[in-house]
Amino acid sequence: MIKEELKINIGPQHPSTHGVLRLVADLDGEYIKDIEAKIGYLHRGMEKLAESRNYHQYLPMVDRIDYLSGFFNSASFCYAVESLAGIEVPKRAEYLRLITMELNRIASHLLWLGTFLLDLGATSPLFYCLREREEIVKILENLTGQRMMYNYYCFGGVRKDMPDGWLSSVKNFCENFPSQIDDYEKLITENPIFLARTKGVGVISAEMALDYGITGANLRASGVRFDARKSMPYSVYKDFNFDTPTLQEGDCYARYQVRLLEMRESCKLIQKAISRIPGGASEKLKVKRTNCGCNKAECAFCGDETKIFFKKTNPLTLKIPPAEVTTFIESSRGLSTCYVRSNGTNMPDRVKWRTPSFSATQILPELCKGSLYADIMAVLGSLDIVLPEVDR
Amino acid sequence: MYDLYLKLFTYLSLPKWLGIVSWPVIPFIGIAALMVLMVLFLVLLERKFLALLTIRKGPNRVGPYGLFQTVADAIKLLFKEDIIPTNTEKILFSIAPVVFFFPVMAVYGLIPFAHNWVAINASCGLILMLAISSVSILGLLSAGWASNNKYSILGAMRSVAQAISYELPLVLSALGIVVLSGTMNLNKIALGQENIFGWYIFPSFLGFIIFLICTLAELNRVPFDLPEAESELVSGYNTEYSGMKFALFFLAEYAALFVYSALIVTLFLGGYSSPFGGYIFGFLPYLKKIIFLEQAFWLMSKTFGIILLIMWTRATLPRLRADQLMSFSWKFLLPLSFLNLLFVALLKYFIG
Repeated sequence: MIKEELKINIGPQHPSTHGVLRLVADLDGEYIKDIEAKIGYLHRGMEKLAESRNYHQYLPMVDRIDYLSGFFNSASFCYAVESLAGIEVPKRAEYLRLITMELNRIASHLLWLGTFLLDLGATSPLFYCLREREEIVKILENLTGQRMMYNYYCFGGVRKDMPDGWLSSVKNFCENFPSQIDDYEKLITENPIFLARTKGVGVISAEMALDYGITGANLRASGVRFDARKSMPYSVYKDFNFDTPTLQEGDCYARYQVRLLEMRESCKLIQKAISRIPGGASEKLKVKRTNCGCNKAECAFCGDETKIFFKKTNPLTLKIPPAEVTTFIESSRGLSTCYVRSNGTNMPDRVKWRTPSFSATQILPELCKGSLYADIMAVLGSLDIVLPEVDR
Repeated sequence: MYDLYLKLFTYLSLPKWLGIVSWPVIPFIGIAALMVLMVLFLVLLERKFLALLTIRKGPNRVGPYGLFQTVADAIKLLFKEDIIPTNTEKILFSIAPVVFFFPVMAVYGLIPFAHNWVAINASCGLILMLAISSVSILGLLSAGWASNNKYSILGAMRSVAQAISYELPLVLSALGIVVLSGTMNLNKIALGQENIFGWYIFPSFLGFIIFLICTLAELNRVPFDLPEAESELVSGYNTEYSGMKFALFFLAEYAALFVYSALIVTLFLGGYSSPFGGYIFGFLPYLKKIIFLEQAFWLMSKTFGIILLIMWTRATLPRLRADQLMSFSWKFLLPLSFLNLLFVALLKYFIG
């Protein structure tokens, strides 16, 4: 009998590579001998493009780096530029950033959950996840005018205050959402086929994860309690007490559980932020401001805290003296890092992104070697990579 | 009926031998028409039912409630260009859909739709049915191999492995019914289950479960849809097919869904017999002649119950992995089906 290895080319156009990842696999029957991930099909030169644009021109492009969670990228870049230029952000704007980021995290995790199960062959959870995601997307559309490419943050705050009734719609969502996660858990968590497909599959040990630079939920599923929101807090995260779900197993099932727990945790965080946001809901704030005969700077309703800008920046005059900075943002996929070097003009000298999906793609060959063909999809799905973020 | 049919020929001044020759063909034409109609309806039913389960609306544009959606799809597939990729085994590539489709069509003739309403009343109907329907695997294998596509060959390999390993528990659990009823004629098996207490699902419940699971595997449906796993193998064995050849695969799959469900009903759920023992039409003297309509109604309603169950599993479960699929069959289902056969035989021996 002639035994021949089958070289199979998965992607760049394939239903479950989540974009344009190309995997070249050597198969022996159903078993994988070797696998190689080829990236670069979605390279847009995001880093080089920054060098010929001023800070304000580059800001809308940043959302496109990871189109499923655009807020984190803009937050990365905004915090970098703000710390370089010494711009302060008012409390109300910081709270709005936190709420939108956490909503975005839930939306991103929901889409991940749906597509992950689709990769495993279960079609219906996708529709349930998209239903909930649609609610978030509508909430964010009300706020920003966009469904995915928000372009909402700007240097020194956020573009505009929330519309009337927005906060109550978020509150409403957060009240209903945990019960909907319970529904997913009923459908998925105890399903024996799901357990058989994910338990003990694609195990990442803690050392391995640290070696490859894996971050986010993938790292926390491997037993390393690392969360940039806690260890190097930005925005107003240090005012909040929240849990970082961590599991020890490091397999696909642990990653699934960690993400579900994170969604619950984000939901609680949003609820806390809503109750504490300076000035409260915009419709009440407007009424109070009109009848407020106060000393402007210290008033609880007209003062500095409830502004959404301290000072608007001008694209032409925002010239940042030569310096460099790196920001760390815990995005929905992991630690998203933005390095910005300024050179005294209104354009950055260099912008460098270090994205969590890139590290997660690196580990794929080591996880898949020796496992079965169907495991590629389970592992790839559980790592939650987004290809535009890999290629930038 | 036969005399009436022959009279028609003399009335139309056609030769009598034509009538004699064409009489036995009529059931087969009826079955072919039934199959095509059933597939058109089943595709729509599946889409509507899945839409219901996944909070969507389903097809609702073509005709009232989207009733003509599948007709429109079928017309589209008929007029589509028939692409044969280069470097394929052209003859095998063209024959494969037919080989896949034909056994399913033949099997329709063995299902008793009402008392003695069966196109081929074979005394070994059950075994014949299982034997013929397993021929369609050859179609899958040749489709996968002739396509010259790596996804297709992987899908075909999986489907052959799957079909072989799930055929055994399927046949063994069907054998339990043969032990219980003492016959292999499907018509007689259905006759033996007069009312709901006589259904063979009760003595051989284990057999029913095994048969249902194996049916899912034979039909390549979730959670055993590995041969055409769209998230792994794009579309499996039919990746390279388009137009009418693809339509034949599609047709055969849904036709098989109906015929296997009807087989489950015939073996375990009383077939065409009423669950209440007697027939409503039986009480009314002038309706006694069309009692077969009520029998067909019972068969259809039970069959659609099973079909909806199969569709429901599709909406609920993820897909198994290839090695889990194999070990589930060989290590779990096969011993269980032997156990079931032993239990049923002991039951028959001691209780009767």
